[in-house]
Amino acid sequence: MEKWNDHRAWFLVVPVILLVGFNAIIPLMTVVNYSVQDIFDPTHRVFVGADWFREMLHNKRLQNALVRQLVFSGLVLLIELPLGVAIALTIPRRGGWQVSATLVLVALPLLIPWNVIGTIWVIFLRPDIGLLGYFIDHVLGIHFDYPTVPMQAWISVMMMEVWHWTPLVVLLAYAGLRSIPDAYYQAARIDGASKWAVLLYIQLPKMRGVLTIAILLRFMDSFLIYTEPFVLTGGGPGDSTTFLSIYLVKLAVGEFDVGKAAAFSIIYFLIVLAFSYVFYQVLLRAGRGEVK
Amino acid sequence: MARIDLKGLAHSYKAAPAEPTDYALRQMDMAWEDGGAYALLGPSGCGKTTLLNIISGLIHPSQGRVLFDSRDVTDLAPQQRNIAQVFQFPVIYDTMTVFDNLAFPLRNRKLGEAEVKSRVNEVAEMLELGADLNRRASRLGADAKQKISLGRGLVRQDVAAILFDEPLTVIDPHIKWILRRKLKQIHKRYKLTLIYVTHDQAEALTFADRVVVMYEGRVLQEGTPQELFERPLHRFVGYFIGSPGMNFLPCRLTSDGAEVAAQHISLPADLLLRAPKAEVLEIGIRPEAIAVSDDNGAGLAVQIRDIEDLGIRKIVTCLLGDHELKVVVPSERPVPLDRGRLVLNPAMTRLYADGHLVG
Repeated sequence: MEKWNDHRAWFLVVPVILLVGFNAIIPLMTVVNYSVQDIFDPTHRVFVGADWFREMLHNKRLQNALVRQLVFSGLVLLIELPLGVAIALTIPRRGGWQVSATLVLVALPLLIPWNVIGTIWVIFLRPDIGLLGYFIDHVLGIHFDYPTVPMQAWISVMMMEVWHWTPLVVLLAYAGLRSIPDAYYQAARIDGASKWAVLLYIQLPKMRGVLTIAILLRFMDSFLIYTEPFVLTGGGPGDSTTFLSIYLVKLAVGEFDVGKAAAFSIIYFLIVLAFSYVFYQVLLRAGRGEVK
Repeated sequence: MARIDLKGLAHSYKAAPAEPTDYALRQMDMAWEDGGAYALLGPSGCGKTTLLNIISGLIHPSQGRVLFDSRDVTDLAPQQRNIAQVFQFPVIYDTMTVFDNLAFPLRNRKLGEAEVKSRVNEVAEMLELGADLNRRASRLGADAKQKISLGRGLVRQDVAAILFDEPLTVIDPHIKWILRRKLKQIHKRYKLTLIYVTHDQAEALTFADRVVVMYEGRVLQEGTPQELFERPLHRFVGYFIGSPGMNFLPCRLTSDGAEVAAQHISLPADLLLRAPKAEVLEIGIRPEAIAVSDDNGAGLAVQIRDIEDLGIRKIVTCLLGDHELKVVVPSERPVPLDRGRLVLNPAMTRLYADGHLVG
């Protein structure tokens, strides 16, 4: 390609560069700025280099939060994907308004603001007036007090997450199922394939593309989760449901450790960036049908 | 391997069909001889795929029975009927190797692995898939995939019939004839009943011993390619088979023949006697059964409108009165440029009353 001698093209690009600079790079640079200094008050600050990073990487609470986060995201995928596919399989492939109505109903949780979701579950799980909390506590006779029992807190957060996000997997899986041509089902009937074989050899392979997207979206979203568990458990009891972003906010806002929090932010950002890059590559290859 | 009979068969996709036009398939009786190679020919939407799916059991007919060797199979599922069907687009199981694809119907029927292996190998060898047996099926070309679809039908030795639903649509033209020859070879070897749906008459005529022409849910004619060409029972068959199709000239009967645009065409006396009272009487004549000469000789005087040279033959468009006629002549034969005379081969001249053949 020939090089352009007319530099007026810059006039078209500069506004975009300035805009992106203001809304992405400059805020990020303030975090970088904090992460390498120890700030005592607005006039006293010391340059500390990579000290905060070193400290945060060895921070036990951060490491625990990371492990917790990975377990959480892993469980999310393990539960939501099979469940979403199973629900999608029960929706008829063709249908009139009933199917459309079902899809709208299924998608409802996706439309609710996240902090409202947390609030809904806080009330839903109350042992005295909440429908589910009362049921577990009084009808099943299991003492239910999720704000003080770590296991119950975990189960509660998981239930909320599954309720909130499985619909997305359902919609994606259903879209995948709808795109399978009839001839595949007809051929399978003629070949005498069982329902299980149809699922294993036709439906799942044909859904591979949308399921890859579902895995990526659910992994990334659950990895960044903040609002719902913050409203429901506030990260407790203790640190038992403190995921990465909740710990980050505790550090920055609660303990006002701005330097550490900034270093942590950058580490968190790099982890997300690394996952995003890997997933993006996988996604691209899935789009070209090269993923096995 | 079975004889297939359709008794009083009709199908409608509507729950409560009232009008005859509600039926995708009008009531019919048909017999498909054991070991016959049939082509089911007709334009899109004429009901041929519906008919095929009823035979294979994918669709349950609204009325009538389907018999295999006089056993009623109307209520049996496709897998109980032992039918093989190849679809328009190749259906393969993406995650499996070619071998596993071919073995799939056998494994579903819980056959022993040794037997599976020997049958798959036999079929793969015949279809020339042997070299690809361990490759992933999704990596192969459309023709190989279509061969796999066919192979999944052939591995089951007890198949009653193989049904093809426009199987060569997605195949490159130069591979089409190889596959078509392969099909004929398989037909000869296994003596299977084959029913082949297509809208391509060349495919139907080269492939089948007998051709069934369908139109608007009805079977118009069943016969050998030659019969369809020489004696189309219905105007549509004449028009649909042949390229270009049969010429139809509206006519008036006289004492010794027919009159078209004030010119005389002689017809046999017994045909004139048999001619019924009809709204529309037409002379039907194949473009190949007409000879053109210059304006001096005998015959029907016509104006020549257009000459299309296709290399091996010429298609001449003429006007007889205001009726258009197509004539096919060998390329090397001279054709007058503006006026000419046509001589119709009397043995190939047909009379149609309201679209139906009189004789």
